[in-house]
Amino acid sequence: MEKWPRFLFAGDRGLLVEYGDRIDPEINKRIREVFLIQEKFPIQGITEAVPTYRSLLVFYDPGKTSPDRLQKELLELEKKRGEETIPSPEIFEIPVVYGGEYGPDLEFVAKHNGITPEEVITIHTSGTYLIYMLGFTPGFPFLGGLSAKLFTPRLKTPRTVVPAGSVGIANNQTGVYPIDSPGGWQLIGRTPMKLYNPKKKNSILLKAGSYLRFKRIPEAEYKRILQEEN
Amino acid sequence: MEFLEVIQPGFYTTIQDQGRFGYLQFGIPPCGVVDSFAAKVSNLLVGNLMDEAVLEATVMGPTLRVLSEGVIAIAGAELSPQINDSSIPLWESIPVKPGDKIGFKGLKKGCRAYIAVGGGIAVPPVMGSRSTYVAGKIGGIEGRLLVAGDKIPKGEKYGTPGKRLPSEFIPAYPAHPMIRVILGPQDDFFDEGIRTFLESEFKVSPKADRMGYRLDGPTILHKAGVEKSIISEPSVPGGIQVPPDGLPIILLVEQTVGGYTKIATVISTDLGAVGQTKPGDRIRFQAVKIKEAHQIYSEEAGKIEKIKNFLSN
Repeated sequence: MEKWPRFLFAGDRGLLVEYGDRIDPEINKRIREVFLIQEKFPIQGITEAVPTYRSLLVFYDPGKTSPDRLQKELLELEKKRGEETIPSPEIFEIPVVYGGEYGPDLEFVAKHNGITPEEVITIHTSGTYLIYMLGFTPGFPFLGGLSAKLFTPRLKTPRTVVPAGSVGIANNQTGVYPIDSPGGWQLIGRTPMKLYNPKKKNSILLKAGSYLRFKRIPEAEYKRILQEEN
Repeated sequence: MEFLEVIQPGFYTTIQDQGRFGYLQFGIPPCGVVDSFAAKVSNLLVGNLMDEAVLEATVMGPTLRVLSEGVIAIAGAELSPQINDSSIPLWESIPVKPGDKIGFKGLKKGCRAYIAVGGGIAVPPVMGSRSTYVAGKIGGIEGRLLVAGDKIPKGEKYGTPGKRLPSEFIPAYPAHPMIRVILGPQDDFFDEGIRTFLESEFKVSPKADRMGYRLDGPTILHKAGVEKSIISEPSVPGGIQVPPDGLPIILLVEQTVGGYTKIATVISTDLGAVGQTKPGDRIRFQAVKIKEAHQIYSEEAGKIEKIKNFLSN
């Protein structure tokens, strides 16, 4: 029998289906595919499914199914992976104004890595980042793919308020804060896009399993988009 | 229809229904009432469907002025509710009229009380739920705790006064509950630690809210040589995290992801009992098998069904 997936109990209503034990785009791709297939061919008793870095978390109604049955049906469903056409992942483009008041730690990130702020921006905007998972705050993307040239430790003392839209770096991760929240990431810029807008029907901009790119914009465009978004 | 005006909001009062589901993949936690049973019964008492929105009051209840005719029922923790300064019973539906003042004299037992109103609390649903999500600023009234001056609307239905829950169904809300859990998903990060977890008593610390309950007690040790954290994954209500310091945290309903190992998960039917403990109370854990948990789940569903049938007669 294959080692993966591994089925673990997460209480009496949750089943955690692990597809690996590391952060790996191939593992995440498999999860995205199983997630999309189970959306298309709903399994009886599943009330909610959540794709994560390396697992699919499945909530179920114990009155309608059992973990044994779910396990069988999920394994069966995965056989469709070869047959079903899975839509390609989207690539979201996130406009960012870098440095200055929008990215107060840009200089520090540059200095820490022995490069210029311009180089930080060039490297940051040349990457394509996999959205492994959303969470922490509504719509917050856990991204993979940051260049090792930009790895920077967290702030020693976290800020009490990081404004929504802030783009930051923490160790080997980069991300965007969807709402004002406390945080210790090094801030290099800010996007005027709302990653979380509860007034919209699709309140969350991004999707797990898709990709994200950052695009540099001047301050004037930041202000223009910000107005549109509000 | 405006039904209640908040004169004084109490310690932590929010509008909650049974939760917002399907959005955890976007980082939005379920929220909803912590003690699902009490909230469901409060709704059934006033003649609502059991998943209508109610007020969840914590430790110190609010003071409310009634603005129009209606029916209320209060269930859950004993916060000594009163109408116009005379005590009223819990687990009973009571008619109220404009000018009445609903208040609470103080906590006697439990932690969270539920106030249901005939017709249901009629704030607009957001993403399919009326539950307040404070960090996400959605649901309830402007996505926040109630404040003085808020007007709480209700649905059109009047409700069913004079209904009473038979005492056999009223939960005991002990200050030292035995909470049943299913081990995992990361129980394989522990060996001796599992014994510490199941054989000790833990005290609810002052850091206890709708996101989670931090507990004080003996340190739960991880296996020698294992990582003490995992790749971040979504949180399930009831998950019991053991951070590197070895002091457990029971996750409740407003968490999205976490990177700590989870030694066990509280069974869904016992989560309300956790939410009815307050700082200083003591909790013990008992491991049950999944089949047993599902048996308990189905008994609980049967009990609610029985109550529903009883109250609709």
